[in-house]
Amino acid sequence: MFRLFSMRLLQAILVMIAVTAIAFVMFRFVGDPISSMVREGATQAEKDALRMALGLDKPILTQFFDFVGQVLTGDLGTSFRYQQPVVSLLMSRLPATLELVIVATFLALAVGIPLGVLCALKPHSFLSRLTQATTLVGISMPTFVTGLLLILVFAVTLRWLPSSGRGDLVDLGLWKTGFLTLSGLKSLILPSITLALFQLTLIMRLVRSEMIDVLSSDYIRFAFARGLPRAYIYGRLALRNALMPVVTVTGLQIGQLIAFAIVTETVFQWPGMGLLFTNAVGYPDVPVLAAYLLFVGFLFVMINMIVDILYTFIDPRLRTR
Amino acid sequence: MATQTLMRRLPPVSVMIAGLVLAIMLVLVVFAPLIAPMDPRDVSSYSLIDMEIPPSFMDGGDPRFLLGTDNQGRDLVSVILFGLRISVVIGLGAVLFAAALGVVLGLVAGFFGGFVDSIVMRIADVLVSFPTILVALLISGIARAQLSADTMLTWAPLVLIFSIAVNEWVQYARTVRASTMVEVARDYVRAAKVIGLPAGRIMGRHILPNVMSSVMVIATINLAGAILTEATLSFLGAGMPPTYPSLGTLIRIGNQFLFSGLWWIAVMPAAVLVILVLAVNVIGDYLRDRFNPKLMAR
Repeated sequence: MFRLFSMRLLQAILVMIAVTAIAFVMFRFVGDPISSMVREGATQAEKDALRMALGLDKPILTQFFDFVGQVLTGDLGTSFRYQQPVVSLLMSRLPATLELVIVATFLALAVGIPLGVLCALKPHSFLSRLTQATTLVGISMPTFVTGLLLILVFAVTLRWLPSSGRGDLVDLGLWKTGFLTLSGLKSLILPSITLALFQLTLIMRLVRSEMIDVLSSDYIRFAFARGLPRAYIYGRLALRNALMPVVTVTGLQIGQLIAFAIVTETVFQWPGMGLLFTNAVGYPDVPVLAAYLLFVGFLFVMINMIVDILYTFIDPRLRTR
Repeated sequence: MATQTLMRRLPPVSVMIAGLVLAIMLVLVVFAPLIAPMDPRDVSSYSLIDMEIPPSFMDGGDPRFLLGTDNQGRDLVSVILFGLRISVVIGLGAVLFAAALGVVLGLVAGFFGGFVDSIVMRIADVLVSFPTILVALLISGIARAQLSADTMLTWAPLVLIFSIAVNEWVQYARTVRASTMVEVARDYVRAAKVIGLPAGRIMGRHILPNVMSSVMVIATINLAGAILTEATLSFLGAGMPPTYPSLGTLIRIGNQFLFSGLWWIAVMPAAVLVILVLAVNVIGDYLRDRFNPKLMAR
């Protein structure tokens, strides 16, 4: 078990080094950091002075280690576009993204699990058939088209909900939240539905197939034979076991979630990290791109490691490997 | 009885409809310049007088413009036909590039094993944990910073193909590697090694034909994903420029006019995109179940 942990840790560190190296190459070689920082019409001497001051004349390996040191102390450079430290820029956008992602995931679970159970228990009912048919269309519908259609119906035609931004925010010091105002909550509805939809299809299909598997197992048939109440069998005995893979898959889908959050935030002009990223691609604001890569890479490595370690606790069969 | 056996051999109705839709779209794509009522790239063929006309089946529609016109007076049917063309070409290009890269690396990794294998597969592991859209956006941003705006115009399709394929080859490589490892242990490969055939020839002439069927199935399933990724990137502004719009770019342009009530400029290309992807998905699912029940989507 210790061997497994150390292997995973080593792999995680290697991945982080690779991601840091790519980020470093982006910072250093993509575009010219000097020409984007000096004032217009600067002389060669001024440029050289800046080059010296930034340490860009040192050997490449020294520069890389300097860069790693900076990253470890939380210095990810200055945005070309906003002329602000990238870290504070990312942190100011983090609450928006987290609020959106949390609400969307909650929505997907709250709707997806019951629908999946329904499709497993009553596969021939009208609602199950409707759900099954909708998911096929849902898979083929790109996130941005879903968002666009929602805006068209609920914001443009019906004028019920706002189509962009976060509405009025309440400042809690470190965290600006939209949960506490009516306009904030209204602004959250359309983006979170858009982001929830793709997760919802996945969760629903997974719950359905797991539930069908579990229901055909011996212990469930035995429970029926004992005459236990149906609600108890479905809710307590079957669903619990069917939900295990849902937890892990939801955890591992976090990468997809981040990708779709980028799209959703752009469609709804939601001022989160994803919108910051797409704007940085168009600008192009290289420090923001590189910092975002580092942040997401770190997040993935941490989540993958935690999921792997959790697995070994949940499933004893993996420990012997 | 006879009709029943025949019915069982035929693919389900949904697959046949999807096939028909796809066939029609392919014909439209190939002959777009002949079918399209006007050439959207030829400025003299349209005029601002015709701008923002709704589809012909609506009030105020013009029979000349079946799906209406955009903000510059361009016929949407023509614009969509040319956009569809670009979307399909980039989707196919990305799939071909990813498949070629994945097949070669998978063959090499499975054939030689050991150190080469672990290097290739570790790179694959790292890449696959990052979503395609994220990687593609990063590459697009880097390309933008490195190339001037003019060069970016001409290179945009290639940058797109590259940035989609750079993540998607992993699926091919994993499948081909697994099948290659099975084939390498078979007698015919052992015999080929004994008579001293070069490794490249054994891989290309003897192993490749045996792993090709699963590659074809993955390619079909991936085509839908590649087209969607391209559309998403173009919609986000990191794909095809407005001068050579793909379906995604057209939706991006239409998005600006959503609030003026000119919904058709965005909705028409979006509908075509969804129909295209749905058709490819239906066929891909069918092929997967038919030829390789064990092959799961991802």
